[in-house]
Amino acid sequence: MSGMRAGSDAIVIGGGLHGTCTAIHLALKGLRPLVIEKNTVGRHASSVNAGGVRQLRRHPAEIPLSVAAMDRWFKLGELLGTYAPMCEFVGNVGQIAVAETGDDMRPLQARVAELHRLGWTHEELIDRSELRRLAPALSEHCIGGLICRRDGFATPYLTMQAFRLRAVELGVRFQEQTRVVALEHGARWNVKTSNGTFESDVLVNCGGAWGWQAAEMVGEILPRGYFAPSMMVTTRMPHFLDPVVIGTGRKLSFKQTDTGTVVIGGGIMGIPHLDQDIADTVAERLRVSAQSCAILFPIMRRAIIVRTWAGLEARMPDEIPVIGPSQTAPNMWHAFGFSGHGFQLSPIVGSLLADLIVEGKSPLPIEAFRPGRFNEGPLRIDPTAA
Amino acid sequence: MSDERHELAIIGAGPAGMAAAITAAELGLDTVLLDEQGVPGGQIYRNIEALDRDGSIGSLGEDYRRGVDLARELRASRASYRPWSTVWQAAPDGRIGVTSAQGARMVRAQRILLATGAQERPVPVPGWTRRGVMTVGAAQTLLKASQLVPDVPVVLAGSGPLIYLVAIQLARAGCTIASILISTPGSRIAGALTELPRALLAGRALVKGIGWINEVRRLGIPTTSGVAHLRIEGAEQAEAVSYDADRKRQRVAAGLVLLHEGIIPNVQLSLAARCRHVWDESQVCWRPDTDQWGATSQERMAVVGDGAGIHGAQAAEPLGRLAALDAAFRLGRIDRAERDRRAAAERAELVRHDRIRPLLDRLFQPMPGMLLPDDPDTIVCRCEDVTLGALRDAVKLGGNDPNRAKLLTRCGMGPCQGRMCGPTVAAVIAHETGSSMQEVGTYRIRVPVRPVPLTALAELVGDDAGLPSAEATL
Repeated sequence: MSGMRAGSDAIVIGGGLHGTCTAIHLALKGLRPLVIEKNTVGRHASSVNAGGVRQLRRHPAEIPLSVAAMDRWFKLGELLGTYAPMCEFVGNVGQIAVAETGDDMRPLQARVAELHRLGWTHEELIDRSELRRLAPALSEHCIGGLICRRDGFATPYLTMQAFRLRAVELGVRFQEQTRVVALEHGARWNVKTSNGTFESDVLVNCGGAWGWQAAEMVGEILPRGYFAPSMMVTTRMPHFLDPVVIGTGRKLSFKQTDTGTVVIGGGIMGIPHLDQDIADTVAERLRVSAQSCAILFPIMRRAIIVRTWAGLEARMPDEIPVIGPSQTAPNMWHAFGFSGHGFQLSPIVGSLLADLIVEGKSPLPIEAFRPGRFNEGPLRIDPTAA
Repeated sequence: MSDERHELAIIGAGPAGMAAAITAAELGLDTVLLDEQGVPGGQIYRNIEALDRDGSIGSLGEDYRRGVDLARELRASRASYRPWSTVWQAAPDGRIGVTSAQGARMVRAQRILLATGAQERPVPVPGWTRRGVMTVGAAQTLLKASQLVPDVPVVLAGSGPLIYLVAIQLARAGCTIASILISTPGSRIAGALTELPRALLAGRALVKGIGWINEVRRLGIPTTSGVAHLRIEGAEQAEAVSYDADRKRQRVAAGLVLLHEGIIPNVQLSLAARCRHVWDESQVCWRPDTDQWGATSQERMAVVGDGAGIHGAQAAEPLGRLAALDAAFRLGRIDRAERDRRAAAERAELVRHDRIRPLLDRLFQPMPGMLLPDDPDTIVCRCEDVTLGALRDAVKLGGNDPNRAKLLTRCGMGPCQGRMCGPTVAAVIAHETGSSMQEVGTYRIRVPVRPVPLTALAELVGDDAGLPSAEATL
């Protein structure tokens, strides 16, 4: 499955970061991409995630991609041109998984040992004094942690817009408010939508929380998991923190932006309404986040919460994405299911996918993400059935 | 820990909320009335019991006595009245987030009536964020709540009956009114007279309005109509107001500038609950789409009073009672026939109060120039200091709806969560893109609609029992 020529038409389903980045790279290789988005570009997880640019504590299968993506974050200008500064990427502040107890510390130590065995050195253990030096606002009871010093953060919705504007500059077309209703493959792809039928040679499914639906339209059953991680943000506070802090024994991701607001996430679940394209936060659950903040950062006892939100995102049973060719349809590729940590990977996945589509192979290992891993003998359903 | 539960929760103790609570409790509904003020009254009857006790109610005008009666009936009713209770969420499933002196808690209700009233329309003229500029309503609040009277020359500018009323109230309290600048042109006033025959049937309200204008004249307050291109001048503090009138630029010194372009429904809670909203052309505002009982597109929620469209304090009472009747019907206390029988008198009263509305809507429709700034340096979002120029740039970059503009500029992300800039941002986008307001739409409002201290959230009383699980897989 290779050799899609320049001048071929490509349709990308899903106008999020991965869909848009894929379109950028396909355009750079001379294809003519059209992005079909059911809402507006970047309406969901791509714009409303925590914005962590994090290699720390990645699944081993994701580490090669994450490390390569990190290099691209530091050279965003090569990908996004004049739009790069829009992303507000801040690197080299570090992300720290903070340990409050010996029980927190032990799995961090085991992880570093395992990473060293695999040949990776980007994560390192820090003791209490280094932790205090890097994050003096942390409560004194914290005893150390695991850090990736190159890590940082960016502003997700602006990053999304930078990707979109760069794509438009490269000639990528966006068809918003357009929902794919059926996929048929004859000589080419016929993508039937709420706004008519579009044709292409190549089809890429970057459908996020809805990615499984596009797969099922070609009779391919992939996990239907999705969730709605929630976030909250405070009023502006005096500057007190540079690195991003994530919990070890707690569900927490915590950072202070340049404007002074504190953005709090970390896997507290809202209520997803996939059929309505929306998600609600649950104050009764965010209570736990608020407690974690007050315990880890005494200054947060003065904080005022002004807004909460939740984003719809796909979640795979093994918490790593689906990246690779469809098992049931020709000239169709999937890239979704990032399970709440796809933001940092956004500069790399579209690039690998474009290589896979045009050159026929990915420069980085993606075997672990193959769609077929969930089902040795894929179920077939009639794609014309409702 | 299980949540506090009620059959009916009413949010806001203004005339609509008080009338609804009194009626609902009388119909036997287990009713809670949550209000952020410490005493009943809402904006119109703010602090009314104390003003009655100390005799100062007279300076506000006789109509305010109705508020005293309502507050008394409310306190005598079986409704559970909770002052100092700020509601920051009213979810479509009946969950209500409340902060009070006891901390934050979740309350669950089978039905929710939003009676959160109106807010003043933001008036984004150049200089409106300087010190010494506030809204006419805010000045009236200070007068009612604390008898605070400005000791510098005051200019009131904009349109709407409240300008005349507050000018009179301030003058009677001893304040110097330097000028009243009315943005409505004389031709508009003539045009509105076509509504006069119907409005005459409203009688009392109209007489009251004409009475205010006469009183302003009697007090010798200089008044100019048809002013345009208002600008508040000064280094940091407001020092003067300049404007166009009678074909020339004019200027009046002022230590305090009070702006007002009428009131609009306070839709933050109903937007956050995703009730369907419509753009009301005649009142130039968003309002929830409600039926004759105040019911919204969310099955458990109704909106009554000015929060559902501006009808005034008198109309708010029958509107509140109609929604209470409908709640009693939906919750099985009364049958449909009884609801409809009791509704007849309320509807008749409503018709009487609403006769003057078309006249007021036409007479006091805000002038476009007051709501749509044209100087690129004018601040649109005062929380985040976003200027008109920055917003226009964002529209060009694809920020062609309020939510995208918000992501590009941070407008609407500050402590007020878009309450102050929402209408302006939508109007600018509509103007720049040639779209209608309905097409442009509103901000998606997120909870909490009022800021919540992190420590209060950390100690929130309530659990997520019965809610969908954290992770959904079909």
